[in-house]
Amino acid sequence: MMNMPRRLGALLCAALVVTACGSGTESETPAAPGPVTIKVWTRAATESHTKALADAYNASHDNKVEVTAYPNEEYPAKIATAAGAKNLPDLFASDVVFAPNYVSQGLWLDVTDKFGALPFKDKVAPAHITAATVDGKLYAVPHTVDISVLFMNKGLYQKAGLDPAKAPASLKELAEQATTIREKVGGDTYGTYFGGNCGGCTLFTFWPSVWAEGGEVMNAEGTQSTVDGPQMAGVFDVYRKLFEDGVAAPGSKEENGTTWLGALQAGTIGVAPGPSAWLGLLEEKGIDVGVAPIPGVNGGASTFVGGDVIGVSATTQQADAAWDFLAFTLSDTVQADLQAKSKSTVARTDLPATDPRVQTMNDIMAKGRTPYALKFNESYNDSQSPWLKTLRDALFGADPAAGLKSGAAAITASLNQQ
Amino acid sequence: MSNTLGVRPAPARTLIRPRPRRRLPGLVGFAYAAPAAVIVGLFFLLPLGLVVWMSLNKWPLLAPPTFNAPDNYLQIAENELVLDAVVFTLKYTAVVTVLLFAVSFGLALLVQDRRRGVGFFRGAFFLPAAVGWATATLLFFGLLSDQIGPLNGILEWLGLIDAPVSWTAGDPDVAFGSTVVLVIWRWAGFNMLILLTGLQSIPTEIYEAARADGASRTYIFRRITLPLMRPTIALVLCLMVTGSMLGFEQFYILTRGGPGSSTTSVVMVIVREAFVRFNLGSAAAMSVLVLLALVALNALQLAFIRRRS
Repeated sequence: MMNMPRRLGALLCAALVVTACGSGTESETPAAPGPVTIKVWTRAATESHTKALADAYNASHDNKVEVTAYPNEEYPAKIATAAGAKNLPDLFASDVVFAPNYVSQGLWLDVTDKFGALPFKDKVAPAHITAATVDGKLYAVPHTVDISVLFMNKGLYQKAGLDPAKAPASLKELAEQATTIREKVGGDTYGTYFGGNCGGCTLFTFWPSVWAEGGEVMNAEGTQSTVDGPQMAGVFDVYRKLFEDGVAAPGSKEENGTTWLGALQAGTIGVAPGPSAWLGLLEEKGIDVGVAPIPGVNGGASTFVGGDVIGVSATTQQADAAWDFLAFTLSDTVQADLQAKSKSTVARTDLPATDPRVQTMNDIMAKGRTPYALKFNESYNDSQSPWLKTLRDALFGADPAAGLKSGAAAITASLNQQ
Repeated sequence: MSNTLGVRPAPARTLIRPRPRRRLPGLVGFAYAAPAAVIVGLFFLLPLGLVVWMSLNKWPLLAPPTFNAPDNYLQIAENELVLDAVVFTLKYTAVVTVLLFAVSFGLALLVQDRRRGVGFFRGAFFLPAAVGWATATLLFFGLLSDQIGPLNGILEWLGLIDAPVSWTAGDPDVAFGSTVVLVIWRWAGFNMLILLTGLQSIPTEIYEAARADGASRTYIFRRITLPLMRPTIALVLCLMVTGSMLGFEQFYILTRGGPGSSTTSVVMVIVREAFVRFNLGSAAAMSVLVLLALVALNALQLAFIRRRS
């Protein structure tokens, strides 16, 4: 602490030198103004991550980054109202699946050239780059990469006489292991848990099982739903039976995402799919968890490469300063530190992980996908989306097959709605 | 205020001709009304005009709007959620208005007379109204949740249910019932207070005279209390109907409009149209129609009550 003023002085000098060099090479840049404050908006799910990056940046730069986080559900509305009032922050992050819509609305600036100048441009999560690219132009870069994986409660596996090192290779095996845990441990402990009233939770954790066996949930253009295919029906069938047999916790039916993490943190769920970012949060509660890929009904593995992208807003007056922060967040040291601290996947795919479970996540990421649809939110995530109705019909309805058929038609109509 | 007071005496004393004297009260009245008029103009008429103008345009988030009337109004008919939401909102309004009025009026009658301990009950009944609406809804969400709430456990312990009940996302009727209970719990005390002020404004001499004439309690209620309460009842019913027609938080937080879209209200559809689908023009068109419906409904209601009184 004694050295803080000296350190800050040194950083300031370094920054001045860099600024001086910079102004020499970029003749178009106006005379360097004083330090600026860069405003960043993010959703609650990404808050700790964004704040950690901002703290690292603020400690070594003159410009300051100020992070504001909003509740996950309200975040898209916040962005929309701010955009309508031409009052967006300098940078804002977004769920990667909503990126195409924000790009189509013109909310982010084109950063193709700036990104192209980065030395590590080919090592940044490719699925996110694809999602934020429209007509060959890039509008946002990866901010957090959150993939769906299976979490196995090692303590409950041992209690039930199962080997926690033997991850389920198929959904059928998952069902067997979950049933054993429910039967052998019983009481408040259940075999599995899922967000049966949450469109976003289920697409994130169920769709990989479809992809694992070569199935599709919609076409590449994001205009035609195929959730009435055999793979999707098979996945729903497994989870439906688990719920009907009382192996899945009863709360699964009404879980809308709000208490999803809390349910797993309680330590009473044997094996369940969830976001990779939860590994650290589960360990914080003293739960010893194993990580495995999400399998298909009969085998294979895949993942949903989710998370957030972040772009420079179209209304900012300090685009260069904003980009400087983004370039910093993707750099080698920052990303390596973040990976070690967060115990989760990061935006760079070339950094080796020290925790074998994080390495497992990195390996699965290569097999994963980020689905594309311009009307993603209204078709899948929103609580009035046709996907939510479809999945509830398939999981809890009287006629799952009919529910999937009519659901596919309703989702297709929503995907094409102008 | 100081301007008005300063202006008034000066011309009245110096001018002899009658004309300015006649104009003066008008000016003073205008000055008194000006602050309210400015506020109404700025915060009601101007936004209202903007909403009507938005409803006639394609209104992107950032790009300039383009005139497209009457497309936004025609699009409403194509929106599959709208019809269900209108039917649900009307059903909800009818159920909540009847039940909430009955409970509120009942509570007001219970605590009408000053007697020992009545202050405690008035306070207790009004207490839920002190909790923010969104906060109260979140409180209920926690209470009813099978994962974090105590309700299912208590009911199972009492032997009233065999298995946990999904109060907000299972059966549509149960989710609807949960919402109605929440609304009554949160708003009954508030409406009780308004009705209580109405009840207490009835002179006690009238009751005493009626009792002296041998009138029964039921007769007094029907022939004295109800007729004299008409203006207060009209106000409370208008508030209830308007509040129910614009219901949003209770569904957005408690049931998320579900299960399916069984508890999706009209305002939820408007919010979805604007902030999920980014169709600001179409959302504005729906808002204009809801406003017209509310104006018509309130006018009808007031006309009906006035005619009967």
